[in-house]
Amino acid sequence: MSIANTFYNVFVKRNSVYVTTIFAGAFAFGVGFDLGVTSFWDRWNQGKQWKDIRHKYVEAESD
Amino acid sequence: MLSRLPQGALKNAARNVNASRSAVRARFASTTSGSSSAFQTFLNSRAALASATLATVGSVAWYAHLYGSLPFFPEVHANSPAEEGLHPPQYPWSHKGLLDSFDHASIRRGYQVYREVCAACHSLDRIAWRNLVGVSHTADEVKVMAEEVEYEDGPNDQGEMFQRPGKLSDYMPPPYPNEEAARSSNGGALPPDLSLIVKARHGGPDYIFALLTGYTEPPAGFEIRDGMNYNAYFPGNAISMARVLFDGLVEYEDGTSATTSQMAKDVVTFLNWAAEPEHDERKKAGLKAVILFSALTAISLYVKRYKWSYIKSRKIRKCCLVD
Ligand code: HEC
Repeated sequence: MSIANTFYNVFVKRNSVYVTTIFAGAFAFGVGFDLGVTSFWDRWNQGKQWKDIRHKYVEAESD
Repeated sequence: MLSRLPQGALKNAARNVNASRSAVRARFASTTSGSSSAFQTFLNSRAALASATLATVGSVAWYAHLYGSLPFFPEVHANSPAEEGLHPPQYPWSHKGLLDSFDHASIRRGYQVYREVCAACHSLDRIAWRNLVGVSHTADEVKVMAEEVEYEDGPNDQGEMFQRPGKLSDYMPPPYPNEEAARSSNGGALPPDLSLIVKARHGGPDYIFALLTGYTEPPAGFEIRDGMNYNAYFPGNAISMARVLFDGLVEYEDGTSATTSQMAKDVVTFLNWAAEPEHDERKKAGLKAVILFSALTAISLYVKRYKWSYIKSRKIRKCCLVD
């Protein structure tokens, strides 16, 4: 109960804090979710994407 | 508002009790009770009707899917099924699965096949040089490739058109200046633009792969005009495009051996990318959407149960409802 109370007092009591928390939380979740999905995606499609083969051709350019 | 439901039900029950008390035995079911009548009740139920309908529609749909026509409605065709083009087999494309991206090394090889073979006859109008950057080639590579092509530009300040080397923003050069030129060089047949060909053909990549690798001798008795070629996968079976891919036709820079089927696979992967450049992003966004929407569905189901638990677990006291 006390955790819920602390949560209420810190984040919910003042509307300005509440709204800011929601916006910041949405932003943080968006970034985190994207990172998570991207790391899964990159593992699933390992070696197939352009970023996996790019180094072969960029190195050839530089020398 | 919600309390009406149980209230009405209770009224009915009350009436039942009254009816059985009187001499006339009122029956509210259409059949008598007993073990056989349970079956009867089921037969008359809506569930039985719905499942019978579902079974009928389902089996007709299954039949139609399997045999291509409705059962009990014989059809007469002037063509044999083969003349409509053999259905291509389903190939295990590297981008086939719901979460599979394109194989970009294959797109790169496929571009080479398009450039060295198909580009002699087929345009690729909707792809610009810049589209290859970050997909199959680096910006520097594409700049060099574009500069090898001359484009007409202008007018300049004297009002004249002039030739200049290609830029990243230019579109792929067409092999023929116009449709008439394309037709007259190909025995009257127009080589279609390949930008969207994978989307434009039934069977998509499977069909194009099967077409490119499916040239055979015509079967006995099949008349084929001069300049036409037999291909079982092409509707009508006689196609103006001759077999173009032969083992060792191109030399891949990454050492992949250029067999006919390897080249066909690569060029079809390239054309699939050309038709669906958004493909990789689309599948990734789909994955995100599925995760988010299933989480939201789970949450809303939980909230619904939470809110309704109070309403559903109320006790309604019988005494006060019977009037
Ligand atoms: C010599 C010229 C030539 C070359 C090279 C060529 N094609 Fe064609 N292609 C044609 C012509 C002509 C047609 C039209 C055929 C018809 O309608 O009978 C055609 C048709 C097609 C079609 C459409 C078939 C349909 O279902 O309508 C596809 C797909 C195709 N070509 C793919 C390719 C690919 C991929 C390559 C490179 C590997 C290629 N072609 C190379 C001339 C060519």
